[in-house]
Amino acid sequence: MALAVHKYDAVVIGAGGAGMRCSLQLARAGLRVAVLSKVFPTRSHTVAAQGGIGASLGNMEEDNWHYHFYDTVKGSDWLGDQDAIEFMCREAPKVVYELEHMGMPFDRNPDGTIYQRPFGGHSAKYGEKPVPRACAAADRTGHAMLHTLYQQNVKSNTTFFVEWMALDIIRDADGDAVGVTALEMETGEVSIFHAKCVLFATGGAGRIFAASTNAFINTGDGLGMAARAGIPLEDMEFWQFHPTGVHNAGVLLTEGCRGEGAILRNKQGERFMERYAPKLKDLAPRDFISRCMDQEIKEGRGCGPNGDYIELDLTHLGGETIMKRLPSVHEIGKNFANVDVIKQAIPVVPTIHYQMGGIPTSIHGQVVVPKGDNPSSVVNGLYAIGECSCVSVHGANRLGTNSLLDLLVFGRAAGNHLIETALSSKAFKPLPANAADFSLSRIAKLDNSTSGEYPQDVANDLRKAMQLHAGVFRTQKTMDEGVVKVLAIAERAESLALKDKSKVFNTARIEALEVANLMESAKATMVSAAARKESRGAHTVDDYGDTEAHPLGRNDDEWLKHTLWFSEGNRLAYKPVNMKPLTVDSIPLAKRTF
Amino acid sequence: MADTRTFEIYRYNPDVDAKPSMKTYEVELDGSERMLLDALFKLKKQDESISFRRSCREGVCGSDAMNINGKNGLACLTNMLTLPQKITLRPLPGLPVVRDLIVDMSQFFKQYHSIKPYIVNETVPPEKERLQSQEDREELNGLYECILCACCSTSCPSFWWNPDKFVGPAGLLAAYRFVADSRDHDTASRLDNLEDPYRLFRCHTIMNCVDVCPKGLNPTRAIGKLKEMLVKRTA
Repeated sequence: MALAVHKYDAVVIGAGGAGMRCSLQLARAGLRVAVLSKVFPTRSHTVAAQGGIGASLGNMEEDNWHYHFYDTVKGSDWLGDQDAIEFMCREAPKVVYELEHMGMPFDRNPDGTIYQRPFGGHSAKYGEKPVPRACAAADRTGHAMLHTLYQQNVKSNTTFFVEWMALDIIRDADGDAVGVTALEMETGEVSIFHAKCVLFATGGAGRIFAASTNAFINTGDGLGMAARAGIPLEDMEFWQFHPTGVHNAGVLLTEGCRGEGAILRNKQGERFMERYAPKLKDLAPRDFISRCMDQEIKEGRGCGPNGDYIELDLTHLGGETIMKRLPSVHEIGKNFANVDVIKQAIPVVPTIHYQMGGIPTSIHGQVVVPKGDNPSSVVNGLYAIGECSCVSVHGANRLGTNSLLDLLVFGRAAGNHLIETALSSKAFKPLPANAADFSLSRIAKLDNSTSGEYPQDVANDLRKAMQLHAGVFRTQKTMDEGVVKVLAIAERAESLALKDKSKVFNTARIEALEVANLMESAKATMVSAAARKESRGAHTVDDYGDTEAHPLGRNDDEWLKHTLWFSEGNRLAYKPVNMKPLTVDSIPLAKRTF
Repeated sequence: MADTRTFEIYRYNPDVDAKPSMKTYEVELDGSERMLLDALFKLKKQDESISFRRSCREGVCGSDAMNINGKNGLACLTNMLTLPQKITLRPLPGLPVVRDLIVDMSQFFKQYHSIKPYIVNETVPPEKERLQSQEDREELNGLYECILCACCSTSCPSFWWNPDKFVGPAGLLAAYRFVADSRDHDTASRLDNLEDPYRLFRCHTIMNCVDVCPKGLNPTRAIGKLKEMLVKRTA
């Protein structure tokens, strides 16, 4: 049976902030663009971002992009590529102003400019003191941004394929991307999207962990598709633990709480961050704070009957500030912890939040892979932006507010690159004859399954294993054991049983297809982590502690390099970090203190 | 703490069912299921064919709206302690059912799109941000936070009778969100777009929308403002 073929100049997979910023650029230029999304666009996970968008507008205090650049490089523990970081920080004010012109309901200062709040790791004068840089719409910045971008796409007549799940990339004999296969959830049927360019904006894989701030849809679909198509995943060992996930619920409480003045306390009521980070205190970067919290808990200063959490105290901010600046935090406290944050501190624990690694790309969003001597050879027709990509601006640890910024800057940049080069010169390349066979065989395997495991049991075992073996504090032993365990679980995922074989909006079938993507993301994480014999950013390994030769366990002589993981054979390769910015001096390596 | 709940769920899978039916399930909860959504996952493990939408599980994406014991709400924000032993779940009323608790929301979004849900300001933007006073910005509070879950519109009798002609509370809330924005220059045509017997004026202030909104928003108030502006304009 011949499959339906949809033909578009560009196909964007994912309708979060990155995908919709890009599609907007393309639609405004008059291109035929299709955006595929597993959920209605405004339900994408960008909607859950709370705190703000980092940009050195300097609306409240003196600021400039050089400071932002420095903070981001230092925040990344020097694993971020300095060309990409310079590009992002320089573009930041422009993309924020553009978003404001699109109608984004930013909070305002008395002079009518955009309100900005301090955020973790963002400082003035190269680390001297916190600076308000996070452009905020209360604590609903992601929601406001995602809706604004959707609204602009409605205005520009972008074509959305809502509740379509992309399955696999179609590459031709030259290795160029010429389309994707996708499943329409409502009918359960597979179609082919034939395109000049395919752009992934599929978000992260936060659901490979048991306790995560991430939405259920964050199953690493783009990572799975890339890995299956022979494209490596970069720096997947680096996962950010957000310091303030609600204890036992995983729901995020924005760093904006601390930006507005909230503090972390141990069971003695002590503001312990003063001890660890005398300058930035509660506004040190996330990896640093998460480790300090874990340290407090380990040393018996955790709160609660089991001593297993830290308290986030907002009570001194006052009801008025909380209801004006942090209304959702108030709502979340009530709903998920039975706590009125105006009156009581709220129990929090470091919780998996963000994937720093992803599909390797250039600063234009082009997917790049090693080829011969070139570590970054472009895959024609294939782009990746946002959390699924690794450009790399976040390196070993992302600063808060740089994620929304990343979506805007690289969504726009990739859109412009698509318009200027790829699309103006290039005709449609023909589809290979067997374009959909691989996807169809994956589905047929599920549809014909008669015995095997319940997909969610396997997925839950994976999540438990990842939580245990790739957590805040890692040891070489637990990681090595984790590799064995995760590979065994991935083996089990090869024989899943689907009981419900119906087609119409079969969510069990969709979730089973997602399991394959979870497995690739988890294998990449575990294997890359066990191989990196140092501590850097979010990858902190007990075995590699603070020594004179390697301060804080970071080993620049051997490990100042990006990991590339290939699914086939679980192979690892490495490529150099770009220490050379575009126009300014490099930020030299230094010990990371705050 | 064992807690057995009875779920009565609207089931319809067009692939296999001739017509919809209500099916009953017993679910043993262990106390870790804080919200209805958590209990639904447990139920789905018993019968994986039960279908519903879900994503953020914290009440901001708007995916898991459904009719819970007769009232629309989000499964992820409905605390199990607030529900009786027997829980009846139906799809949002008034929209075509795709399968089980999943409805076809096309009509809902068509109405949302019909109000031109985007800012219109044809003046050349400044190099930096357009300035907006704090007072003007405050006008948007209670309007921009909508998550498009459709709890309101699908609880509105006027929307049930005329889903093709009446914009419905969610769409009208959005319409007023742009009218109220000091940066928007399109008020006149936005009001023109609502001036007919149905699009706006089918709201009879029944206020079900206010009662069910999981974000605590008040579409009726926004609708009142729009009506007032139209009446003033005619006078």
